[in-house]
Amino acid sequence: MNNLLIPDSAIVRDVFHENDDTSTFSLQFTDAQKRLEYSFQPGQFNMLSIFGVGEAPISISSSNGSRENFTHTVRHVGSLTRMFAKLKAGDLLGVRGPYGNGWPLKQAHGKNLLIVAGGIGLAPLRPAIYNILEQPALFGKVELLYGSKNPGEMLFRHEYRQWAEQISMLLTVDDASGFDWNHNAGLVTALFDKMQSVPENTVVLSCGPEIMMKHVVKGLLARGFHSGQLYVSLERKMFCGVKKCGRCQVGSKFVCHDGPVFSYDVLENEPAEIIGVLGRE
Amino acid sequence: MKLSKDKLADFLAAIPGKTVFGPQLSGETLRFTPVTRPGNLCPTVNNATVPPKSVVFPQTETMFRFEQGATDIRTAEPSGETVLFGVRPCDARAMSIVDNVFFWDVDDPYYLIRRTNSALVGLACLDPCVNCFCTSMGGGPASTEGLDILLTDLGESYLLEVLTGKGEMLCQSAEKLLSQASSADKEAAKMLQEKAAAQISRQIDPSGIPARLPALWESPIWEKISASCLGCGICTYLCPTCHCFDMQDETEGEESRRYRTWDSCMFSEYTLHASGHNPRPTRRERTRNRINHKFSYFVDKFKVMACVGCGRCINLCPVNIDILDILSQVGEQAL
Repeated sequence: MNNLLIPDSAIVRDVFHENDDTSTFSLQFTDAQKRLEYSFQPGQFNMLSIFGVGEAPISISSSNGSRENFTHTVRHVGSLTRMFAKLKAGDLLGVRGPYGNGWPLKQAHGKNLLIVAGGIGLAPLRPAIYNILEQPALFGKVELLYGSKNPGEMLFRHEYRQWAEQISMLLTVDDASGFDWNHNAGLVTALFDKMQSVPENTVVLSCGPEIMMKHVVKGLLARGFHSGQLYVSLERKMFCGVKKCGRCQVGSKFVCHDGPVFSYDVLENEPAEIIGVLGRE
Repeated sequence: MKLSKDKLADFLAAIPGKTVFGPQLSGETLRFTPVTRPGNLCPTVNNATVPPKSVVFPQTETMFRFEQGATDIRTAEPSGETVLFGVRPCDARAMSIVDNVFFWDVDDPYYLIRRTNSALVGLACLDPCVNCFCTSMGGGPASTEGLDILLTDLGESYLLEVLTGKGEMLCQSAEKLLSQASSADKEAAKMLQEKAAAQISRQIDPSGIPARLPALWESPIWEKISASCLGCGICTYLCPTCHCFDMQDETEGEESRRYRTWDSCMFSEYTLHASGHNPRPTRRERTRNRINHKFSYFVDKFKVMACVGCGRCINLCPVNIDILDILSQVGEQAL
């Protein structure tokens, strides 16, 4: 029987160390038929297993134009993701997916895009960025605001030069001490004063820590953007990916199915766990 | 039809090729376990502590096995047919409610097999407990929803009502053991059932609750209600309509397995991220989620409340948090 809770086997083709605690893994399904059938949309995620350790939802960080191999960018912070730090080329993983809805790129055709990312939150946005770079004629002006703790923690740094040919980029860090840094310092929301993006005809895609997205939403609403043009990608603990385990509910919505990308007008109308609630215990 | 009580053992034995589960004591806990000696069945005392959903959605269930580190996966899908004997009408309704989740858009493979291969023989509640409120939640002591057969205890025998094709199949193999019920038997059963329903003293009209909850999101009642909560999770762990689970890997020697196990939204780890972010950081948010999930979100999705009024969460709460009391507060709060 077709058991949707059992992962397919995939092999690690390549590991790229982004920084001290984050790596990008290039994966390929071991089954040739699965490689042919598999496809995904920017912003979707897979459930990744290290057998004997566990399984967790991780966004896909590569272009959906290339399906043979796909990448996941993983920060080694949890009991499972710390084990990812030990993976090397040739190791086997379990993969099931893709799950979730992805970024609303079709709705953004003919419009400007403002992308606001923080830390590891750039990973699920990278497939969207590739999508834009591959088909620039479909979009208007595209601007990326990206913030991280320090310059060393910025992801995908070797790609920025190429991105900057088509996308205007503003980078900021909390603390640049010890680095040669000629960009901005401060929170990503401080870049709103410097950005070119205006509310008219613009779609906003944002992913980062929830407290950051809360201030991104607040800051942009104050600048005349309306909630229907703001999209955020939420993270929740998740086990099944198919609306059974109950774990990822945000109000009546399931992050695994209705998300992870939500239009903010959906979230603000939901009597929900409002984004930006920080742990107090 | 009628089944004499002294023929119950024969009736259960006549069911071919199926494992019969019934309420039996294991230690001090009444739970649904395979019946080896019908004499051990405890169908007439209080309802089982662990709801019979545990037969189709086990507390802990192996999903697949694999050699450590490798991906050579051996599925552990369930097989075999089961009969659940002595299911209370509230718990049978609860299983129909849980079906909504496990058969939603995509079928849960494990639940699908166990549920499809199970038949439910119910037992009308003739002596409801003090905290039962099934009649307020759309059920009743003799509700037939979700059951294949309903038994009503007439003293020396059971009145046996066949409700579905599955129920009919069960009786076919035991035809010789059954006798015709007289109209007096039926009348007696009806009177007992009505008497039981009248005995249920705790009542509430929950119809306005779903509409009120969104407006009470920031209400101080959640702080107040959860102030004494210990976070033990028993209210949800033994709730017949709760369905949340955790999935974990476990290794013993060379062999590992992935299993799933019941979980509770009342635990702080339930939503705690590896980053330290917890979207439901205190018992206030978790209590609010429990009530909203049962009486608002579930209604929004499936047009039914995820509560059958079995009273377990009231009976078992170590600090006497009472779901009916919570619902009355929700109902009375100024909007």
